[in-house]
Formats: sequence, C-alpha cells, structure tokens
Amino acid sequence: MNFIRTIVAAGMVAASTSAFAADITGAGATFPFPLYSKWADAYKKETGNGLNYQSIGSGAGIKQIQAKTVTFGASDMPLKPEQLEKDGMIQWPQAMGALVPVVNLEGVKPGELVFSGELLGDIYLGKVKKWDDPAIAKLNPKVKLPSEAITVVRRSDGSGTTFIWTDYLSKTNAEWKAKAGAGTAVEWPTGVGAKGNEGVAGNVSQTKNSIGYVEYAYAKQNKLTYGAVVNKAGKTVQPTIGAFQAAASNADWAGAKNYYVILTDQPGDASWPITGATFILMHKSATDKAAAQEAIKFFKWAFEKGDKMAEELDYIPMPDSVVKQIEKTWSAEIKS
Amino acid sequence: MAVDSDVIEAAGPYDRARALSAFKVGDVTFYWITRICAISVLLILGGIILSLIVGAWPALREYGLAFLTTQRWAPSADPPVLGALGPVYGTLITSVIAMMIAIPVGLGIAVFLTEICPLWLRRPIGLAVELLAGIPSIIYGMWGFFVLGPFLANTFQPLMINLFDGVPVLGAIFAGPPSYLSLFNASLILAIMVLPFITSISVDVFKTVPPVLKEAAYGVGCTTWEVVRNVVIPYTRVGVIGGIMLALGRALGETMAVTFIIGNSFKIQSSIFAPGTTISAAIASEFAESDGLHQSGLILLGLLLFILTFFVLAAARLMLMRLEKKAGN
Repeated sequence: MNFIRTIVAAGMVAASTSAFAADITGAGATFPFPLYSKWADAYKKETGNGLNYQSIGSGAGIKQIQAKTVTFGASDMPLKPEQLEKDGMIQWPQAMGALVPVVNLEGVKPGELVFSGELLGDIYLGKVKKWDDPAIAKLNPKVKLPSEAITVVRRSDGSGTTFIWTDYLSKTNAEWKAKAGAGTAVEWPTGVGAKGNEGVAGNVSQTKNSIGYVEYAYAKQNKLTYGAVVNKAGKTVQPTIGAFQAAASNADWAGAKNYYVILTDQPGDASWPITGATFILMHKSATDKAAAQEAIKFFKWAFEKGDKMAEELDYIPMPDSVVKQIEKTWSAEIKS
Repeated sequence: MAVDSDVIEAAGPYDRARALSAFKVGDVTFYWITRICAISVLLILGGIILSLIVGAWPALREYGLAFLTTQRWAPSADPPVLGALGPVYGTLITSVIAMMIAIPVGLGIAVFLTEICPLWLRRPIGLAVELLAGIPSIIYGMWGFFVLGPFLANTFQPLMINLFDGVPVLGAIFAGPPSYLSLFNASLILAIMVLPFITSISVDVFKTVPPVLKEAAYGVGCTTWEVVRNVVIPYTRVGVIGGIMLALGRALGETMAVTFIIGNSFKIQSSIFAPGTTISAAIASEFAESDGLHQSGLILLGLLLFILTFFVLAAARLMLMRLEKKAGN
C-alpha cells in the first residue's frame, strides 16, 4: 500500500517540484485554497518568497506530507495524536471555516428557518421526508411550510466539508452515528450527490424544495437561503463571523493533545455548531530544513498579518490565544 | 527510400550483393522497431494489471467474492464495508441505455449522410459530428449539470413519470421524484458523447461499399431502405460493430461527465430517474480523500472495470467471429 501511496503522491507533485526551487511547496485540502493563495500572493509581494500550494484534497495532502514530497500538508481533518507521533509530525489549526445548511424553499428568507442537529440528521437519514413534517414545524411555528418532498443534496466527492457535516450529525443524532457515522465519504442513506461546494450550491439553487450544506462563503456568494441552527447550549444562532469565532474560542485547545480538536458542536451560548478548523501538517525534522524554516516564517506571517485577508474571503482567523500556543509549539518541536 | 538510394549511390558501380545487404539491414531494423512497439503494448498492459492487483490486494483479501455481491458501500464504518454491486449496476445500466439511444441515432446520421443527404448539407453535419467528438468531457459534464439536467428534471421526467404512473414495471422504471442528477441523465450525456464514435466510423465504412453493388441494387428496383438494409449494412457489418464497440468502451469508462451528473448514490433503485453511480465516477469522487482499505477497495473497483471491459470486448469479438462464419456459409 505504501508503494502505491508513494507513486500516487510522486505523480501528483511531479508538476509542482519543477517550479522555482526557492518556493515552499504544500498540498492538501481544497477548502483553504483561496485563502492560502491570497496569503501567498501578499507574502510574495512583501518578501519575494513564493509558495506553491496544490489543492488536491485533504487525504492526498496527508499522503504527500507522509511521503515527504512537500514541505507541508494541509487537511480539514486533524490526524490522531498517535498517528502524528508515528510519522514524526506536528499539526496545528491555521484557519477556520463554517458550514451552513442551505435550502431552496419558496417564500423562505435567509436565516428564517431553524434546524437542530437532530432534525438535520433525520432529514439526511431520509426519516423526515416532507417539509411540513411535524419535526420541522415544531422548530418553525411561524414559517409556512409546503407539503412537498424534501430533496436532499450532499457532496459526491470525498471532502473535509463532508467530514465536518457528518461529524456534526454524528454528535447530535445517535441514529446517524450508528447508521452512517462521520468521514470524508460516508454511506449516505438518501439524497443526490453533487461535486464540490459549487456543485451542491448549484444543485440547491436550481432544485425546488431541496436542502444541502456548503461552506459559509459559498452560501453568501451564491445568495442561498441559509438556515439558523440550535446549538449545544440550546440557543438558536445565525451564521455570523462572531458565532464562528465563539465556537473556536470555546473549544478546549489547551487541553487537547496535538491540537486534535474537532470544532463541531462546541459549548457556549453564541457558538455556531457546524464549525471546523483546517490544519497544517509538517515533519518535526524535515529533509529540507531551509524550506521548513521558510514555511514556518510564512505561517507566522499569516497569523500576524493575514487576519483581514481571511475575513475578506469569509474565513475565520484563529483566536490570538490559540496562535500564541501554536508559536510555542513551533519553537519547541521543529528542529532546524 | 532515401536511405537505400544513398547507399546504392555511395557504392559506386552497381553492386548487387551490397545493395541487397543494405536492404536487409533496413528490413531487419524495421522488423525489430515495429516488433518492439507491438510488444511494448503488452508490457504496458501487464504493468497496469499488475499494479492494479497489487493495490487491490488488501481489499481482495478482506472481502473476497462478497465484494461483487454486496450493495452496501460504507467507507466510514469500522471496519469499512465495501461492495461493488451499486457501481457495477450503474456502469452497466448507463452504458446500455446510452447505447440504446446512440446506436440507432448514430447509424441514422451515418445513413443520412452517405445515402440521402444533399451535398451542400453534408459538410455542416459531418463537421458538427466531428466537433461533438472534440468537446472535452468536462464541458459535457458542466452542460449536463447546468442545462440538460434542469431541463430533464423540469419537463421530460415529470412527463414520463405521469405517463407511466401505475403501469406495472414501467411505472417503477420511470418513478419520481424528478431529479437532475440521475442515471438517466448520465446515460443521455453518455449517448451524446459516444454518438460521434458510431457515426464517424459508420460513415467511413459506408463509403467503402462499392458503388457498383448499390447501383445494381437500385437497378433491380430496390428502395433506399432496402439498399441500406440488404447491401450497405451487411457489407460493412464488421466496421460498424467495431465502431459500436469503441463507443461502448468509452461509455463504460467515461468518468468526468458522468461524475458531474449521476448523483453518486451506491444504492440500487428501480427508477432510472434516481441517482446512481458508476465504477469510474465512484473512483474519481472518492480516491483523493481515501486511504487504507477504502483506497484499496477503489483500486479493486478499477480492476473490476478493467475485467468488465475486457469481457465485453471479448464477447463482441466472439459475436463478430460468429457473424463472419455465418456470412461465410
């Protein structure tokens, strides 16, 4: 299996390694790609040093950093601490994003419809089949719900977005956890699969009476009707930068080993429950030490100067307390 | 050849033995170059099969033959439960529907182009067919997603669903709800994609029918239909079937366009308006984010597609051989 992995990884970076030798190379998650490229652009202008990031998916990013074909890997799903130790790597959250449920229902305005994790789970299990189901009506007494079948839309490709979504459903809906579970690709009980965030967004916006889940940025840019969600504290929250950041601040970063925190369903009155961090993975002792140092410099710069750029693209910067901790980890763990 | 004449000139006065040996060297070199080319195909094929088997081995050991008969696909279960029945079903169904549409339409276009079409219309239609073949599959996928899918879901599918509602069997095949990501939509895209293969090759082989044969048939009073049916098609059968096989091969393996529009569901449902998946779409969707047994399972799916295609093509060859034998008698 390792042999295959190496071949796949080597093939995928073949293009990137031929680029400028001075550039830092990274590969992985597609979700933070717009952010990393914007940061890289600004960083190049400021320092003259480039960054080459290939958005090929979290799983492939993990494989590449394990095979040491890139300076850093990026994943929407943190690696388990044991796995990290085994590979001699460290990881940290670099930025956060949030998912929102989106619907296409006539006459319903953004933020008007309220969901709970359990209800979303039942819809995605195919148990709640119609929009006027009592379970939906109970949470939405004021909304006029049509007696139409719900079209469930989900991702067809394996993705970190799906991991965050299914992890949230697993935490809030026991039946979902037993039947489908959490993962980048799961056994979907119902629904149609569309490719990528843009596929789900497109499908929902064109299909009447449908529901889907996308990154917040896609919902905003495509002007989709998003829903509000009841969080762990029992409060109904709207998807806002403040609510996303509250989820990050309320997470127990200090107590977590190797930053292994999955941000879904965090406590706190203001926390948006479907939030996820995107992680950077690096070897403690890299083969190319100069490139590793350069990469750390870049991520440090991104933490210090990249917040505004992140917000412009609807990503959520890591809270300062977490950043301080990450910087300590760097100086303790990365060998130069 | 240039090489030979040089050698002969350099030899000065005509020397038969030297000239012959020069020819021989050229011949032997040519023999070996072509031979190496031909053998390299076998080596490449063997390499592909070998690496597929190596990659698929863990899944093969874990699931064995049950892989073929299991419908469940749960990569996130612990341990993962993987079965190929859904994707195999989707691959076969979409290919069959695509061929059911593409063969008559493709042959129809070919017959029209070679037998009936006025001269001035030949070039535009021929060009359009060739362009159809040149469109990248991702464009087909996007067009399917944004244009064809919504059209089918909003007009064609509701019509069929209402038409066959309550009819046994057909009612189940054309069951709702309408969806613009479905097996049927993917089949239709596939049909459009493989159409040029059938048409182009058929046109080319139809042109090889000696005019004398056709003229003779017309001479004894045959209609155009009878000429096509009894002269053109029998004369070009092998070529036409070759084109169809090429198209079928493409339909079985087409990935990008299908991934966009098939809806990626591993469940087998009776309705062709329900989402499904194909082997190649499943691999393309999940490979990047897979690892361990899940990835091995996807490679095993790939191996399965390889074998499936091999058997389909082998069956076609067999059929062709039988037809030829019959025609020979």
